[in-house]
Amino acid sequence: MASLHISISAEPIATIAGLHITNSILASLIVTILLILFFVAAGASLKNTGKPSRFQSLVEFIVETFRNMVRSIVESDRKVALFTPIIMAFFFFIIANNWFGLLPGVGSIGFNEPVERAVEATAEGTIVEAGTLIQPEQVFIPYLRAGTADLNTTLALAIISVLLTQIYGVSFQKLGYFTKFINFSSPINFFVGLLEMILEAAKIMSFAFRLFGNIFAGEVLLAVMTFLIPLVVPMPFYGLEIFVGFIQALVFSMLSLVFFNMATIGHGEEH
Amino acid sequence: MKDLAVGLAMGLGAIGPGIGIGLLVAQGLSAIGRNPEASSKIQTNMILGMAFTEAIAIYALVVALILKFV
Repeated sequence: MASLHISISAEPIATIAGLHITNSILASLIVTILLILFFVAAGASLKNTGKPSRFQSLVEFIVETFRNMVRSIVESDRKVALFTPIIMAFFFFIIANNWFGLLPGVGSIGFNEPVERAVEATAEGTIVEAGTLIQPEQVFIPYLRAGTADLNTTLALAIISVLLTQIYGVSFQKLGYFTKFINFSSPINFFVGLLEMILEAAKIMSFAFRLFGNIFAGEVLLAVMTFLIPLVVPMPFYGLEIFVGFIQALVFSMLSLVFFNMATIGHGEEH
Repeated sequence: MKDLAVGLAMGLGAIGPGIGIGLLVAQGLSAIGRNPEASSKIQTNMILGMAFTEAIAIYALVVALILKFV
């Protein structure tokens, strides 16, 4: 009986000039290319003819929805123009990666790679009869793995989001932004500033682990379900994972948006 | 013994977020019941809060997965 093999990290499938190309890098590159093609096509389809095509209507609907969503939170035209593209980029990259991992073949087409048997296994003193072949243990490595099911991808997204928060904070409030962190006006404010600094680091952790945990847990769930009962039973879980993929993309972009917005309004202006 | 640790990490870690999400949804639904016009706004904020709460369960899950597979 084949055993269930789950790897928490992405496996390298090729090496180019010393750089390991993992299966999740490959998947996220494919997703990125598809997204770029889609949005280039979307940009090319925009014509002011008075009778928009179906594709143009779809694209306009998507962009309009995002603009309204951003406007309902930031309530300033300048910030809407500034935040909408980055929020849309986050959303579409994450949702496309989440759903790419659910496609048939992703995670199931791959190759077997022999690995050295673990030392503990041979140290038990198994007597190998003369003439028997010791078969090296085979580990299955898929060619593709959802990009967001790799902690490196989600950590990169989280760092981008938190760095952008600081950049927007400085560009909107100038040096006044740093009074949030370093404040000598009272001992309590000084301590709160320290906590704020820790909070920024915790944000990276929480962004990265939330997305990675959800998507990776989904993959494990699907793998275990398929392993237990291969027919019909895993299907509702695919539905659940489609929903989770959407919700996590939405949550990541909405949280980024809320943090961007909080960084641009100073402490004093809130009330 | 390690499997026990995995089970305990996940099981204990899911208690708090379970209660939290329950409270959030209960309050959110009663708010929608009182004021159905604001349901879209309440729903968005409720889902955001649920994501925060759920993150704690996800930390437990990540710890459990690391214990199990690494």
